[in-house]
Amino acid sequence: MSRPRGAAGRGSPPGEPRLVGFLYVLPALAAFAVFGVWPLLQTILFSTWKWKGIGTPEPVGLENYVDVLGDPDIYTAFLRSLVLVVFAAILPVCIGLLLAALLSRVRIRGMGTYRVLLFLPQTIAMVVVAIAWGWIYSRDGIVNEILRTVGLGGVARAWLGDFDLALPAIGLIGTWLNSGLCMVLFVAGVQKIPIDLYDAARVDGAGPWSEFRAVTLPGLRNEVIVALTLTVIFALRNFDLIWITTGGGPGDATTTPSILLYHFGFEARRLGTGSAIAVVMTVVILVVSVILVRLGERGDEGVAR
Amino acid sequence: MSSRWERAVTHALLITFSVIAVYPLVSILFLALSRQSDLVTGFTIPTDPSLDSFVTAWTKGGFDRGFANSIVVATTVTILSVALSILSGYGLGTMRFPGANAIFYLLMAGLVIPYESLIIPLYRLFRDAGMTESYAALILPQVGVSVCLGTFWMRSFFRSSPRAVIEAARMDGAGHLRVLLSVLLPSALPAALTLAALVFMYTWNDYLLALVMNPGGDMLTAPLALGYFAGAQRYSDQTVVAAAAVLVALPVVAAYVVLQRRFIRGFLTGAVRE
Repeated sequence: MSRPRGAAGRGSPPGEPRLVGFLYVLPALAAFAVFGVWPLLQTILFSTWKWKGIGTPEPVGLENYVDVLGDPDIYTAFLRSLVLVVFAAILPVCIGLLLAALLSRVRIRGMGTYRVLLFLPQTIAMVVVAIAWGWIYSRDGIVNEILRTVGLGGVARAWLGDFDLALPAIGLIGTWLNSGLCMVLFVAGVQKIPIDLYDAARVDGAGPWSEFRAVTLPGLRNEVIVALTLTVIFALRNFDLIWITTGGGPGDATTTPSILLYHFGFEARRLGTGSAIAVVMTVVILVVSVILVRLGERGDEGVAR
Repeated sequence: MSSRWERAVTHALLITFSVIAVYPLVSILFLALSRQSDLVTGFTIPTDPSLDSFVTAWTKGGFDRGFANSIVVATTVTILSVALSILSGYGLGTMRFPGANAIFYLLMAGLVIPYESLIIPLYRLFRDAGMTESYAALILPQVGVSVCLGTFWMRSFFRSSPRAVIEAARMDGAGHLRVLLSVLLPSALPAALTLAALVFMYTWNDYLLALVMNPGGDMLTAPLALGYFAGAQRYSDQTVVAAAAVLVALPVVAAYVVLQRRFIRGFLTGAVRE
């Protein structure tokens, strides 16, 4: 779908001044204002209340935030999402980069089919993913079956029921989910890097590692930023995968901020605490997004070193 | 050097990763096609495939109603969101007016605001109106969030469409609405279709909103029905759960297979909202 470029290309201010433009934007803006902005402002307001959802709310200032940062049960949940960032964002990006590096000098034919397959997990409802992996990790699932086959039956267990291993096990679902995304992005990106650059690096006597650092990585900068944005946000906010696989358990071994948010907002009836968690989560995600966008911009200014 | 060797290794790698990517999904499909589970373990290739599990899944636990609800919700959200996004994308992409930039950045912020953080007030809003467990409760919030992605997507389309064409049409006396409907819209259809597929996917796959807006259990969606199903049946018939899971995945996978490239590109461009 190549679009013809008109006289006014990108970057130029769009069109002539016309107030009627506002009318076109109004319906979408109204929808977002009522069901996006307004709820967000209310979440911020609720986060300064002590409220069970009925009766009169009691304004408590920043007390809920003190709770969030001071209650080990809550801040541990935020630490757990860091573990998920490692598994569901850092690891997939590394795997994608590794594959891209290996494929950097090969021009692949038939990539279309691979791309469709590798990307497929992104389109599947998280409930379905959760159910599939629930079985893979179950007592009689394929993981344990393989372990028994290779004589490691002693290690076999119900992985999602294990206090120490449930979180990494869920993390690995994230690795699986996002690796394909990173591979599709990076392999497509690396195919656009001219092979000349690699030849030049080789003439300069670059080994595979310095070749990767000098050519592949800078060439994939934008792709890496997009991948990190998507996967880090996924890791920080995901609710349904954890909710359906473990519900936050065993104990609270896989309880993340979004699970707590649901718990306080809808089960424990501590709306203030739940809202404060929501605000902190949003701020973290906004900060991460801004940092990543900045990194991308900096790359555009001084590419190729 | 030995490019044939390199090529073989390349394909071996890609095949390995592809198999890993589809394995969990194929295993569910195979399980769904198996006959009554004689305690299924590991990976089973159905020797005697049967559709019985699908029939059972469909008729059990309100799954058929959930599926129908999901179709109504996802279709309505898609149509509304795409329509609103075409309008707003046209406005922001081809016209200048005071506040246009501010509005654009506000909508872009909507791309990164996690939906999870809106869910408590959204529930209160619909509960106070006595409207939980209604189509409106499942549709309106989705439209509100989808228009951010949609505006971004359609705006960049309209910005890159040829100015000369628009000016020529205006010269001929076409009003702004005419320009949109009869000049730009025909060429915008592919972009709109991609957007529609993405919005449909996000809405169809949603779990949290459906869960929260359904305190009484009367307004199931397909994913929610599947979630309850899997919970209730954890120790009984897995082939039926698997069949329900296949049915939930099916509509989006079908759209994905048809649109492929466009789907992926749209996903990655408008990416930031998951």
